Amino acid sequence: MAARTLTINGTLISARSNETVLEAAREAGISIPTLCHLDGLSEVGACRLCLVEIAGSAKLQPACHTTVTEGMEVQTDTPRLKAHRRAIVELLFAERNHICAVCVASGHCELQQLAVEVGMSHVRYEYLSPDCSVDISHARFGIDHNRCVLCTRCVRACDEVEGVHTWDIAGRGTNARVITDLNVPWGEATSCTSCGKCLLACPTGAIFSRGSTVAELERDASRIATIVAARNERW
Amino acid sequence: MEFQDLQIMAEQERSRRKAIRIHCCTSSGCQASGALELFHQLQAAVEAAGQNERVDIVGVGCMGFCGQGPMVSVEADGVLFEHVRPEQAPEIIASLDGGPCNVKQGDHAHPFFSRQLHIVRRNGGVIDPERIEEYIAVGGYQALYHVLHEMSPAEVIDAITRSGLRGRGGAGYPTGLKWATVAKSPGERKFVICNGDEGDPGAFMDRSILESDPHLILEGMSIAAYAVGADQGYLYVRGEYPLAIARLQKAIAQARKHDLLGSQIFDTSFNFRVDIRVGAGAFVCGEETALIASIEGRRGQPRPRPPYPAEHGLWGYPTLINNVETFGNIAPIITNGADWYAGIGTERSKGTKVFALTGKVRNTGLIEVPMGMTIREIVEELGGGTPDGTPVKGVQTGGPSGGCIPEALFDTPVDYESLAEVGSIMGSGGMVVMDATTNMVEIARFYMEFCMDESCGKCIPCRTGTVQMYRLLSKISAGQATAADLATLEQLCHLLRETSLCGLGQSAPNPVQSTLRYFREEYERLLRKRVRINLTSR
Amino acid sequence: MNRLKLATVWLGGCSGCHMSLLDLDEWLIDLAAHVDLVYSPIADQKTFPEDVDLTLVEGAIANDEHLELIQDVRERSRMVVALGDCAVTGNVTALRNPLGEARSILQQVYIEHGDPRGILPSTPGIVPILVDQVVPIHMIIPVDLFLAGCPPSGPRIRAVLEALLAGTPPELVGGFG
Repeated sequence: MAARTLTINGTLISARSNETVLEAAREAGISIPTLCHLDGLSEVGACRLCLVEIAGSAKLQPACHTTVTEGMEVQTDTPRLKAHRRAIVELLFAERNHICAVCVASGHCELQQLAVEVGMSHVRYEYLSPDCSVDISHARFGIDHNRCVLCTRCVRACDEVEGVHTWDIAGRGTNARVITDLNVPWGEATSCTSCGKCLLACPTGAIFSRGSTVAELERDASRIATIVAARNERW
Repeated sequence: MEFQDLQIMAEQERSRRKAIRIHCCTSSGCQASGALELFHQLQAAVEAAGQNERVDIVGVGCMGFCGQGPMVSVEADGVLFEHVRPEQAPEIIASLDGGPCNVKQGDHAHPFFSRQLHIVRRNGGVIDPERIEEYIAVGGYQALYHVLHEMSPAEVIDAITRSGLRGRGGAGYPTGLKWATVAKSPGERKFVICNGDEGDPGAFMDRSILESDPHLILEGMSIAAYAVGADQGYLYVRGEYPLAIARLQKAIAQARKHDLLGSQIFDTSFNFRVDIRVGAGAFVCGEETALIASIEGRRGQPRPRPPYPAEHGLWGYPTLINNVETFGNIAPIITNGADWYAGIGTERSKGTKVFALTGKVRNTGLIEVPMGMTIREIVEELGGGTPDGTPVKGVQTGGPSGGCIPEALFDTPVDYESLAEVGSIMGSGGMVVMDATTNMVEIARFYMEFCMDESCGKCIPCRTGTVQMYRLLSKISAGQATAADLATLEQLCHLLRETSLCGLGQSAPNPVQSTLRYFREEYERLLRKRVRINLTSR
Repeated sequence: MNRLKLATVWLGGCSGCHMSLLDLDEWLIDLAAHVDLVYSPIADQKTFPEDVDLTLVEGAIANDEHLELIQDVRERSRMVVALGDCAVTGNVTALRNPLGEARSILQQVYIEHGDPRGILPSTPGIVPILVDQVVPIHMIIPVDLFLAGCPPSGPRIRAVLEALLAGTPPELVGGFG
C-alpha cells in the first residue's frame, strides 16, 4: 500500500494512502476530538467535532471522513476550530438534560470528557430542557433519552457488528430519538439479542446496564474495535 | 419509432385539430380556484351550443399568471380570460361568434407577459400535458432523435458545456461540467436523477413545469442519460405534488408505449428507463445525498461530500443529479444550438430563469425571464409593485437558504454572482416581495422556524443550533432579548455556516444574516437592557 | 495590606458547595488571615454589603429572591464566581424544568402527588415566588469564573481561592458532576 506524506499542524507525517486524516493524526500522536466516531464502526461525519482546516479548501472537512492525500496541509487546532468545537459541545449540553451529578456514567462519560477537552467552562445557550422518557422495559439494559446525543453509535454497532439493526432513529431535528425495532419499548423489541454492544458503544450514560447507579457505569468502547478486528483476521 | 414516425404523429395531431382551440388551465393553481369545474362547463357549453365540430376545449398546463386564475385563452385570436367562473362558460363560447362577453379579459401586451422569454415554459398553457401527441406536434422528442442519431455523447456534453447552462436547483454548478464528470467516472452502471423535491416556501416553478410539460423533462433526462452513459433514471418528486406525479406517470407510460423510453430507443442501442420515486415530506431530501439515500430506501439524511454523487452516487454508482428546470433546458439547447442559448443572459449566467413571484406584489405567478434582468424590472414592471401602493421594502430570493435584498439594491441583475454579492442566492427561484409593513425580524424567524422543523437531526450544529437561533429570534421579536442575545445569534450564524454537514444547515443563517445586514435597526429597536425572567403567575 | 472582602451566597442549591468549602478545615484559618467574610449563610449579616472583592455563588436562580439578590451581588462585587454545578449549569435544581412552568409543577407536587386536599403555598413576602424555568446565574448576570462540580471538592475550591488571592485568576474548564 502506497504511503502519503502530509503535514498536520506543521509537522510532517506519513500515512497509508487509504487512511483518514483522523487515523493519520492519531498515529502521529495528534489528538482531534470526536464523538460520533468509534473505531470499528463506519463513519457518519455527524458530530462535526473533528472538523479540520485543509489548505486549499474553503470548507472545513471532517477528519474522520477525509482521506489523506500527498502534500495535504492540515490544521487541527486553530482558534476558529477551537471556538466551533466548544460551541458544538455547549449546544449538546443545552439540548437535553445532561445532569452529570446524577448520571450513571459520570466520570466515565465521553461528553463530560469532551467538555474538558474543548475548554468548556459553562454553557452560553439556553437549556432546552426537553421532556424525555426513560425506557427500562428491557431486562438487562435501559435507555435514558435525557442523556442521548444522537451520535448513532448504538445504531451502527447493532447493525454493523451484531448484524441485527434493532436500533434506528425516528423523528427529525431535535425531536429525533433512537428507537428499538419499530419504535416499541426495548423490552418488546424481539430483534434484540441482548448482546450489549450498544451499551459498549454509547458515549454517555444514555444506554446503561440496569442496577448501576451514579458514576458506576464503566464500559470499554474499544471492545467494539477488538471484535471487528478479530473477525477480520479470522475471516 | 423512426424520425418519420414522429413527423407522422405530429401531422396526424395537427390535422385532427378543430378550427377553434380553447385552452383552459388545469394546473394545481387554477384547479385550486375551480378550473376543473370550469373545464367541464366549457365542454358542456360547446356541446349545448352545437359547436362540437368546430371548438375543442383543451386542458393545458400553467399559463403563469396564477394570481388571475382560473385562466382561459382562445388560441387563434389570442383572447385571454382571467378569473373565469364556471357559470361564465356559455358566455365565452357565445363570444366566439361575437356574442357579448363580460368576462374579465387579460392583456398579452402586459409587461407580465411581454417581458418574459419562454424556453423551459414554452409549452406551458399551450399543450395538453396529458397527451404525448401534443408534445410531439410541437416538435417534441426530435432533439432526442437528433442526439441519438447524429451526436456522440461527448458532442452532447460539449453542446451543454458551450451553452453555459448552470444548475437551476440553486447552487449554479456548470451543468456541462457535471455531465462530463459523470461520463468520465468509471462504473458498471450509471444513473440519472431528476430532483423534483422542490420545497422552498413560496416556490412552485418545478411543480408547474412537471404539471405543464412532463415530456420535456423526460426528454431532457433521456438526452442526459445518453450523454453520461446511464440506462436508468429516477424522477424524485415530492409527495405534495400529486398532480405532477399523476401526469408524470401518464407521460412515462405514453413514452414507453411509443418506445421513447425503454429499450433500443429510436432503433439505437440506447436503453433508458425512468421510474418515479415519491418523497415523503422532508425538505432535506432536496439535498442530493439525502435524496439518494431516500431513493435507496434509507432514512433521508445527507452524508459528507466528497465523494460527490457524480463519482459515488446511487448505490455507489456514478450518478447525475439535476433539477427539473435544468432538464427542461436541455431539449431546447439541442434543438436551437448551444450558441443560441449562450447568447441569452449575462456573461456568466446564461439562458433564462423561472421565478415564482409571490408576496406583496400585484401580479403573482410564474415568470421566466432572461438572466440579467434587474430585480426592479421584475418587481415593478412584471410584478406591478405592491397591490395597495405601499412602498416595496425588499425581496427574498432563494427561500430559507437565501437572503433578503433591500429595495435600495433592486438594480441588482438576477444572475448567480450578483445575487451572491448582495448576500442572497439565486436558489431554485422563489421570489417573495415584502412591503414597508413587513417585519424583518419576523421574516427571519419564519425562515428559521422552517429550517428548524426541516433539520434532519444528523449533525449537531444544524439540529440544535437552529433551535437556539429560533428561540433567540423569538426572544428578540417579543422584546425580551438583550444585546448579548443578538451577539449569540450572530455567533451561531457563523457556526452553522462553517460547521453544518449539508447545505440546509450551512445556509440556514442566510435570512438572519441578510436581514441583519440591511435592516439591523429593526433588531436593535427591540432589544432591552436587562434580562427578564418569567415568574410563576399566582 | 488590605484584607480581601469575601462573600458567599446560597441560592437554589443544596448547600453542598458550602459544605465543601467548610471541608477545607484548618486551611480556613489560613484563609481568615487574608479575608474578611462580609456576607455568607454561615455569617450573621442580613443584607449584601457594598464594595465586596470576591463573591462565591452557590446555587441556581430558582425564585424572585434569587433574582433580586444576584443583581445586588453583581453590582456590589468586583468578582463573581459561580460555585458548583447548580450555579454553573442549573444542575439538580433545574431538574424541574422539563416538567413545565412553575405553576404546573406546584400543582403536581402539592396537589396531584401530595395531599389531594392540599393547597398551593402562597404567602406573599414570606414564601418566594418561583421562576418558571430555573437558570444558571450567568443567564442573569455576567460571571467572572465558573467552578463546576457537584460539589467542587475542597482542594479544588482552595486552589482557586489561592490563585485569586495571589492575583492570578485560574482557567477552569469542565469538572461537571
